[in-house]
Amino acid sequence: MIEVEGLTRYYGAKKAISDVTFQVKKGEILGLLGPNAAGKTTTMRILTCFMPPTSGKATVGGYDIFENSIDVRRITGYLPENPPLYMDMTTRDYLEFVARIKETPKDKLISEVDSVVEKAAIGDVQNRIIGKLSKGYKQRVGLAQSLLNNPQIVILDEPTVGLDPKQIIEIRDLIRNLKGDHTVILSSHILPEIEQTCERVVIINQGKVVAQDTPEELTRKLKGGEKVILQIEGSSEDIKKALKGIKGIDKMDIEKVKQGVSKIIIESDKDLRKDLAQKVVNSGLGLLELTVDKFTLEDIFLELTTKEEEVA
Amino acid sequence: MEATLAIFNKEFKSFFYSPIAYLILAFFTVLTGLFFYLNLSGFVEASMMEMMRAQQYRMAPRPMNVNLMLIRPYFWNIALIALFTLPAITMRLYSEEKRLGTVELLYTVPITPTQIISGKFLAGLALFIVMLIPTMIFHAFLFLYGEPEFMPILSGYIGLILLGSAFIAVGLFISTTTENQIIAAIGGLAVSLILWLIGWGASYVGPTLAPVLEYVSIITHYEDFSQGIIDTGHLIYYILFTFTGLYFALKMIESVKWRA
Ligand SMILES: Nc1ncnc2c1ncn2[C@@H]1O[C@H](COP(=O)(O)OP(=O)(O)O)[C@@H](O)[C@H]1O
Ligand SMILES: [Mg+2]
Repeated sequence: MIEVEGLTRYYGAKKAISDVTFQVKKGEILGLLGPNAAGKTTTMRILTCFMPPTSGKATVGGYDIFENSIDVRRITGYLPENPPLYMDMTTRDYLEFVARIKETPKDKLISEVDSVVEKAAIGDVQNRIIGKLSKGYKQRVGLAQSLLNNPQIVILDEPTVGLDPKQIIEIRDLIRNLKGDHTVILSSHILPEIEQTCERVVIINQGKVVAQDTPEELTRKLKGGEKVILQIEGSSEDIKKALKGIKGIDKMDIEKVKQGVSKIIIESDKDLRKDLAQKVVNSGLGLLELTVDKFTLEDIFLELTTKEEEVA
Repeated sequence: MEATLAIFNKEFKSFFYSPIAYLILAFFTVLTGLFFYLNLSGFVEASMMEMMRAQQYRMAPRPMNVNLMLIRPYFWNIALIALFTLPAITMRLYSEEKRLGTVELLYTVPITPTQIISGKFLAGLALFIVMLIPTMIFHAFLFLYGEPEFMPILSGYIGLILLGSAFIAVGLFISTTTENQIIAAIGGLAVSLILWLIGWGASYVGPTLAPVLEYVSIITHYEDFSQGIIDTGHLIYYILFTFTGLYFALKMIESVKWRA
């Protein structure tokens, strides 16, 4: 449904995104996960035809963002990071205005606005002035706007940022309800959010895509902690015996490196380095090497907000 | 067309969401009313003088031309007041979208920059026409008490609307360049004022430059309208001027879209 290939964008001399490539399948909810300034907004602004990339190409629903920009905009609903609201208008007037500039036929105007008012659950504020609404409601009005004309594709830029926990849960539920009817790209810098709402994640850091996976797999990698790699001199039976007593080993692989030397890879969610070294030495085996295999994603994960509390 | 209309509607209504529009309307009405009163009392005084003079010399009073002596200077006064008021209308016309971030909505829905600009321009023009209504009522009074010619009044309003279009186009362009309303207002006023003043400046420069300045200046073309002449040359000048302003506004938002 969405194909992004080698998107690069400069702001002046500064490279905001570099060679970003990913695909989104029809009906899928894709999470664009990355810390601040990673390039999420830039990527989304390119896909919504707000601005062109410096190089690279993208098609949205089969339409090229350069060649058929109007068609792309017709089938895409977009909620920017700062919801684009006219603060003096009432919710209803605003949605009618947006419906009109989105080419909703005149006779469908009212029913279309009614339908997004219902989807975003903003019926009780539809005659209120937007500027006077709470942040959570403003966000929902922004979301309602993006759903007008039932777009095939919905792009949401950090839709829960700045909301309180209750509002966050409400918005997430609304987003989950979009699944199936719409193809959704959702950006966030909060890992659990993506975990809860998305089926697939593209992780972006410093303008580059660094990983693409399912949230389960990424979470496993994150929570799985470290891999410790040892090289030990001794027979594999002795090694197994020596390491047997250590608690907390999730997985152990033994490879023979050469005669009398084995490589052992241990996965655990605890730091076992001290225990391992002690056991090996006490058993009279030769500890040749002990290293920790860092996940390439580790640094990025550290920058991501992994705790919900930090949101509010 | 539908999109232009939607923008027009939204923009025209939004003038009245803020107290500024009412202040502008009040300011414009009070000032044009005051000048009407001044122009009228000047005219009445001149008429009285003429009557007294006629009585003194025992001859019929010379007819006083209300069009020439009242309506024409009054149109100039309205134009001058418009020069100072219109920037307050155009200032928010585009800068507000930038400040609110709603440009991100406008650029990602299936409408074109031309539709955005024309909707906004027409809304500004419509508000200007609304502002002119009280002055039309003042003119109507003249018909109750005298016999002014109608055509010069009509051409005067055509001239005013053309002049207003030019100011609004300039102001709208300035408004596309900034997200700060105050800067947009000052910029709009400054450019309009320069365009007005170079007409006066024309008499101080050499014979080669003078005609150029006179042509460019926004006021030299207004003179004929204020005295009942609709000249196609002047008409074309204002239309060209307006389209040039709108074209710059259009290029501005296209280039911003490309860069932002
Ligand atoms: N309009 C802009 N002008 C200059 N630099 C920008 C602009 N917008 C974003 N950037 C820079 O581009 C990088 C990516 O920004 P952005 O796409 O907003 O990231 P994110 O949405 O992931 O926080 C950042 O370093 C940011 O400072
Ligand atoms: Mg962002």
